[in-house]
Amino acid sequence: MSHQTLSTLLFLVFVAATLGITFWASRNTKDAADFYAGGRSFSGVQNGLAIGGDYMSAASFLGIAGIIALSGYDGFLYSIGFLVAWLVALLLVAELMRNSGKYTMADVLAFRMSPRPVRTAAGVSTITVSIFYLLAQMVGAGALVGLLLGVTSPTGKALTIVGVGLLMVIYVVVGGMKGTTWVQIVKAVLLMTGAALVTLLVLGRYGFNVSGLLGAAATGSGKGDAFLIPGLKYGTAAQGLAGKIDLISLGLALVLGTAGLPHILIRFYTVPTAKEARKSVLWGIGIIGVFYLLTLVLGFGAAAMVGGKAIAGQDKAGNTAAPQLAEAVGRAVFGEVGGTILLAVIAAVAFATILAVVAGLTLASSSSFAHDLYAHVFKRGQVTEGEEILVARISAFVIGAVAIGLGILAQGQNVAFLVSLAFAVAASANLPAILYSLFWRRFNTAGAVSAIYGGLLSALILVVFSPVVSGSATSLFPDANFAWFPLSNPGIVSIPLGFLAGYVGARLSKEYNPAKYAEIEVRSLTGIGAEQAVRH
Amino acid sequence: MTAGRHEPSVYERIEAEENFQELRRRFRSWAFPMTAAFFAWYLLYVVLSGWARDFMGVKLFGNVNVALVLGLLQFVSTFWIAWAYSRYAERRLDPLAEEIRNGAEAERKSA
Repeated sequence: MSHQTLSTLLFLVFVAATLGITFWASRNTKDAADFYAGGRSFSGVQNGLAIGGDYMSAASFLGIAGIIALSGYDGFLYSIGFLVAWLVALLLVAELMRNSGKYTMADVLAFRMSPRPVRTAAGVSTITVSIFYLLAQMVGAGALVGLLLGVTSPTGKALTIVGVGLLMVIYVVVGGMKGTTWVQIVKAVLLMTGAALVTLLVLGRYGFNVSGLLGAAATGSGKGDAFLIPGLKYGTAAQGLAGKIDLISLGLALVLGTAGLPHILIRFYTVPTAKEARKSVLWGIGIIGVFYLLTLVLGFGAAAMVGGKAIAGQDKAGNTAAPQLAEAVGRAVFGEVGGTILLAVIAAVAFATILAVVAGLTLASSSSFAHDLYAHVFKRGQVTEGEEILVARISAFVIGAVAIGLGILAQGQNVAFLVSLAFAVAASANLPAILYSLFWRRFNTAGAVSAIYGGLLSALILVVFSPVVSGSATSLFPDANFAWFPLSNPGIVSIPLGFLAGYVGARLSKEYNPAKYAEIEVRSLTGIGAEQAVRH
Repeated sequence: MTAGRHEPSVYERIEAEENFQELRRRFRSWAFPMTAAFFAWYLLYVVLSGWARDFMGVKLFGNVNVALVLGLLQFVSTFWIAWAYSRYAERRLDPLAEEIRNGAEAERKSA
């Protein structure tokens, strides 16, 4: 049996198992709290695993391992930003949001503001961030199926994207948050197991001598000692000062973006209490931290055992480094069959990863559309729960269709930047609004609206006029040049602008509600009046 | 100001109470400086990665250099802060929050 067949089979087993779980979960999905928040009945450990599942995207598994394999240390910079970011969520956001919100990010923002403008802004930014992230994953899925299963025709790739899109819609429409959370848990366990297995085999090959592995990686990469220090990918000598500032800009977006990602924020609502929310972030940090340590070994291992040339030959961005390593180390330890099996396993895990992440994103955006835009903005709160959930399900279909359509159109485009753009928007628009709402008495509607639109627009506009979109050979439009902003990552400018816009907007408006601030402050810190878990 | 003179709500009364002020002080005096600290520590690391590459390349033992050790220290500090926060919250925040919550609950029942 070829690795393609085996990998497809394993993936189908994952799909069958998760669909089974989803339909099982749907029997217990009755009201809005079930659909949006999984009945708030997951334990901290379960939600911690699901946080890992939502967060460890294919971009971080294949992408970071690939960057490390090709550019060495710089990939590690990426994973450190992704990890440290969780402290913002742990210390400032998770528990307070769990105590004061209900289903979406906007619940917290609209708490003491005029609800319609704030929910509109929060809904727009939630859907924008989620669609960017979703699109990057969808295009990645198309590319991955080409690399791993040998499907190279555009039709084959398009069909893969349609398949991924349909599955994610089914998970969300049928299983709601309950089904989606279980998909994340299963995926997180599989991904951790797969990554740990390959890591152990790699370390075993080098006698658990890290220095030996590093030396072999530096040699295998063809780059020598430069491979083990920063500077091969970000802020290279050729990019000069702009490159180094770009590195800081990226780092800021990574660290400040996580606590503003809508699909991560709604995870805090799936547990019964703020204490469980804290526990789930602690577990999340543990799992994600260990995972990034594993990818470090995978990346260096791939450079050492597969070699930079062979990796870049398969995919210029190095996205297949982890699967290639799985094959190499499997063959070295268990022989030809072992290599085939291990490659198939890792490829199947990579697909499972994509599927779980896109489901989480679809849920976040359809929840926000139904709860924020439809129920509170269009209908001014005059809807039944049943109607609201129906709209959430319909919007999951629509978002799925949009993601499939855009995913097919964007085939072959370099859309990896959309992930860092999603982080930049989350850090520039959502985080200022959340932090001001929770901690600043004088904050108000005008402040929330200007923080969100200010952060969102500045990030988007700067990217449009950056080298990502035009003016260089790797741009989206390589033949045009309207890039006056020198950085690929807008964060270093757009994040302060988002905070500033929120501050100025709040100061310019006289409106604010001290009684409601007292309420959100007391509720967020003590848990008085917090939404309770559903008991069926 | 949208609210003029009005009867203070239950939340405003709790907010004015000393044990709530103490809870807020305990939370903020831990979370805010620690956030500033890990943020500065992370920025230092990124800046070193951009501007101090010779220093980052200094080999400490075998092929293990300063860059790798500093990167791993970011993991260590993240794990440590997460652990320290959960201990602090369990000892200093949760009991006080529970006390305030129970007080409010008792008041609501007797009202």
